[in-house]
Amino acid sequence: MPIVLESLAKIVFMFLLIMGMVPALIWAERKGAAFIQDRTGPNRAAIGGVRLAGLVHPIADVLKLVFKEDVQPEARHKAFYNLAPWLAMTIAVSSYAVIPFGDFITIAGRKIPLVVADLQVGALYVLAVASLGTYAVVMAGWASNNKFTFLGGIRATAQMISYEISMGLALMGLMMIFSSLRITDIVAGQGDMIFGFLPKWGVVVQPLGFILFITAVFAETNRNPFDLPEGESEIVAGFHLEYSSLKFALFFMAEYCHMVVGAALIASFYFGGYQIPWAPRAVLEANAGGLLTAKLIGVAVAASVFALLFLRRAQKEKNKFNDNRDREPVLGAGLWILVAIGAAGALLLKPWTVGPQGAEMVATVFQISAFVAKVVFFAWLFIWVRWTLPRFRYDQLMHLGWKVMLPLGVANLVVTALVMAFV
Amino acid sequence: MTAMPFLGTATSALTGHYATVLIFVLVGFVFAGLALGVAKLIRPSNPSPAKMTTYECGELPIGSSWIRFNVRFYLIALFFIVFDVEVIFLYPWAVMFRTLYPIAGLGAIVFWEMIIFLGILTLGLAYVWAKGDLDWVKKLTERPENGAATAALEEEASAP
Amino acid sequence: MSQKLVDKLQQEFGADILAVSSQHGDETITVDKDKLLVVLNHLRDHEGCEQLSDVVGVHYPDRDQEFEVNYLLRSWQNNVRLRVRVHTTEGEAIDSATGIYKSADWAEREVYDLFGVDFADHPDLRRILCHHEFEGHPLRKDYPIEQGQECSRPEHLFNDEDIARAARRASGIKPEVGGAHDEVHPSDLLTVNLGPSHPATHGALRVECLLDGENILEAKSEIGYIHRCFEKEAEDHTWAQVMPYTDRLNYCSAMANNAIYALAVEKMCGVEATPRANAIRVIVSELSRIIDHLVCVCANLVDVGALTNYWYLYNTRESIYQSLEGLCGSRLTTNYARIGGMSHDLYDGFADEIRTKLDEMVVGNNEVMKLIARNRIFLDRTVGVGAISQEDALSWGFTGPCLRATGLAHDLRKSAPYFGYEQYEFEIPTGTDGDSHDRIMVRMAEMVQSRAIILQALDNLPDGPLNIEDHSVIIPPKEKVYNTIEGAMNQFKLVYEGIQVPAGEGYGFGEGANGELGFFCVSDGTGHAYRIKVRPPCFPIFSAFTTLVQGRMIPDAIATLGSLNIIAGELDR
Repeated sequence: MPIVLESLAKIVFMFLLIMGMVPALIWAERKGAAFIQDRTGPNRAAIGGVRLAGLVHPIADVLKLVFKEDVQPEARHKAFYNLAPWLAMTIAVSSYAVIPFGDFITIAGRKIPLVVADLQVGALYVLAVASLGTYAVVMAGWASNNKFTFLGGIRATAQMISYEISMGLALMGLMMIFSSLRITDIVAGQGDMIFGFLPKWGVVVQPLGFILFITAVFAETNRNPFDLPEGESEIVAGFHLEYSSLKFALFFMAEYCHMVVGAALIASFYFGGYQIPWAPRAVLEANAGGLLTAKLIGVAVAASVFALLFLRRAQKEKNKFNDNRDREPVLGAGLWILVAIGAAGALLLKPWTVGPQGAEMVATVFQISAFVAKVVFFAWLFIWVRWTLPRFRYDQLMHLGWKVMLPLGVANLVVTALVMAFV
Repeated sequence: MTAMPFLGTATSALTGHYATVLIFVLVGFVFAGLALGVAKLIRPSNPSPAKMTTYECGELPIGSSWIRFNVRFYLIALFFIVFDVEVIFLYPWAVMFRTLYPIAGLGAIVFWEMIIFLGILTLGLAYVWAKGDLDWVKKLTERPENGAATAALEEEASAP
Repeated sequence: MSQKLVDKLQQEFGADILAVSSQHGDETITVDKDKLLVVLNHLRDHEGCEQLSDVVGVHYPDRDQEFEVNYLLRSWQNNVRLRVRVHTTEGEAIDSATGIYKSADWAEREVYDLFGVDFADHPDLRRILCHHEFEGHPLRKDYPIEQGQECSRPEHLFNDEDIARAARRASGIKPEVGGAHDEVHPSDLLTVNLGPSHPATHGALRVECLLDGENILEAKSEIGYIHRCFEKEAEDHTWAQVMPYTDRLNYCSAMANNAIYALAVEKMCGVEATPRANAIRVIVSELSRIIDHLVCVCANLVDVGALTNYWYLYNTRESIYQSLEGLCGSRLTTNYARIGGMSHDLYDGFADEIRTKLDEMVVGNNEVMKLIARNRIFLDRTVGVGAISQEDALSWGFTGPCLRATGLAHDLRKSAPYFGYEQYEFEIPTGTDGDSHDRIMVRMAEMVQSRAIILQALDNLPDGPLNIEDHSVIIPPKEKVYNTIEGAMNQFKLVYEGIQVPAGEGYGFGEGANGELGFFCVSDGTGHAYRIKVRPPCFPIFSAFTTLVQGRMIPDAIATLGSLNIIAGELDR
């Protein structure tokens, strides 16, 4: 029974994580784009006149899309048309099942691995689900019976088949080194050191594989420079052109889910997942008290600095708008003061005296933070690249996939085998 | 077979994990379905013939988008199937390479067999490449062997 | 120069040249319509007239030969212009010049559409600006302008022959399966409309494509979606009242349109703007050139998916628009020039403001260059895409940056200076291959030159009067209108009857942002124009579009369209 409860708890946790990650990413994408493009970004949606730096916008979007009329073309294939967004979302969340977000925690004497399903063929599962995602796109493109969506569907297929092989080949080098298809094994293996100082991260042992993999992931998530299935200036909006209301929202959310999965996979396969370099779990546990204390002090200090900055702004812009917007800096300062007080208050509990149980908890929290930090970084990389690069043309994409990445993937495999055999 | 480490734990825990994955996927499916259902209940619905037309930049679409494709799209799909299946053969090898290579007598076979396999794979790629089937864009003036079509194209090229 | 050419032609053709006239610096020869092609051929092959700028029809209902068709020829190499004129009447066809100049294709279609002049052996003589269901020919003097017509049925641009040809092409690229070629059936081709309402057409125009996958087997374009009868309207307004309509031709460079229209009418009146007005016209024209190029380049970059560049470029445009708004009260529809001067002078602090903004422009443009100049994806998307040879570009009537991208350093500001452009030092940037990449780079470089011109003009802004003294052309200053009876009468006459432009015809032209912008004006001596024909730079350029994209992919077509800078406003007029 506990195993079922445990699984359910992890499933719920994962879903909460996704549901939190997606709006946060949408916000980050917009603010990130605005940052890159010298503009303010979304800041209109407000609660009681307080704008919260545009954080309310994803909620406003969802509300708008839920209440919007669903305009469907007459000529669609009804069943597939309705199924496509549903499938897109389902497939997008499926990949999360095998991504380890931490090592393990011990509750009531049970060692619980922090992954929803620790599949032995986790890496293959990820590849399989990634290619399934295309079905939703193709289905949407075909079922809409619109020429632009149709072209979007064809482009999605072409892209998928061109990059999936390279993706598999790139991962294969990693599988050779870590001798496993299980993602937890691959992540655990990356906790080792080469020559005693270099973390045995995927990117270190498989640099070419990393480049191939990250390229393929970008292609499989349909993000710029590989956003051909959408390609708004060419085929208008591509496969989701005929979708509106919540069906469009599901496609939209699916894209961001894919992005998080992509970032998590890059982090897990090539950047050690939850591993903190030069600080394996034993070290973390041994120094848990000191680390926790340092972290709390750090948080308290940082929060105080933020609070001060907000307070200064509050003083300077006292009557800038003469409405509730003037309260924003005050609220911000209040929030950070609360954080600072919380962190400082936690110090009263003498965190430097944590017991072995607590130490394990601290180590887990640090590892999960490391994982989240890496995922956030790669998600930001997705955003950064999207707003920097132009889009490929279709034949160039095929050229890159078949004539550059495929041979390189094979070469990478051979070189890995040679190195493993003779070095 | 039982000596192989990666199958060693193939017990009920394994099926348990797959069940979890199934539940996970089902939760995702139900979640998306629920969202669609709720939205269907609360959103307005005023369809009109103009709204229900297919978008084609403001023009009425000419012909259906459900057409037969050119065969060469299927060719690409076929290459994909071929290469993907061959890649699948590589996975077990990749995982077992570290374990099997040090075994005396077996190592060389393990290594060279796959190198040969990869060689054949590469040869196939080279053949397809040389044949030009990986080129997505073909020049319109490219002449087919077929006599009639060639004449038609030449006629066109000479026209102003 | 052109006098010498006319003499040579008279020796060559003798009696075939029915008449020779010279007015406002332009030579016109009238030839018999049977000899037209011979003369045009001779001019192209032996006299270096590479380009047919435009074909202009004029209707004189009282004459026997009621239609006059003018072929505006230009020789860039000899820097000569010549008009060849033929007369015809209803039912008598003129031989089509499409075999000699490719630009004749659309130009003749336009004359056919608006006047009903028939062209023999034209490959595709259909309506172009008016709807295909439209009846009558609107620019004929006897067309009832009150008459409304309802046209609603969309037109399918491809006929069976086009589709069959496309299918043959598709069969040609079909791979060999089982040793035999399977023919592509016409119904296997996808017909896709790009436009009129497509994110990358940047205006209401339509390109219908027959596709095999994403390969464009056959493309045809349709324009006229926002045809506003500019030329017909102009005949019903006084010369000065036409000014605001010129804003709407190219909304990106309304200032240049205003100034060049004023130049054309001034030429007809035989007056010349004051040095100060000319300097201001140079400044605003160059500003609008910068705006136009910014809009074109940023939209083009968005078309290839590089969205961020849009803001780096658009910010400058926005800030320049703010200055233009300060100058004339509106951003897009400026209506700033006047025949004989400007509506008012620059405001205080304009010069410093513009200097700062131009510095900001350099920063923004450099940022963009950093992002694209060596970006492999960008280069792959633009180099060799939509390329056109020099010879073709000239034959299709390309001018401006699109022509210079092919390597020809032809610029009307140098070869036929107006507004005193000869006083300014600047270079003519050129490309080499005439592809999208070169067009973008030429535009980027031209902005730098425009900045140099503006800075020179701002530094040496002449003092003195803004408007000319001749008050038969320009209304007197307000204090005279309000305080003297002569002034009030003068204003009244100019406003109600319009400027009495002497009878005759003239062609005023200048280097618009996108090429040669010309106004061919015919006056019958009344206050209204008898005929104003605009020669919009992108009309001939767009006519070549389908040949540039045939055999390429949709993304190439989009990248090409963006780099040609097609402005539907001046395309459709």
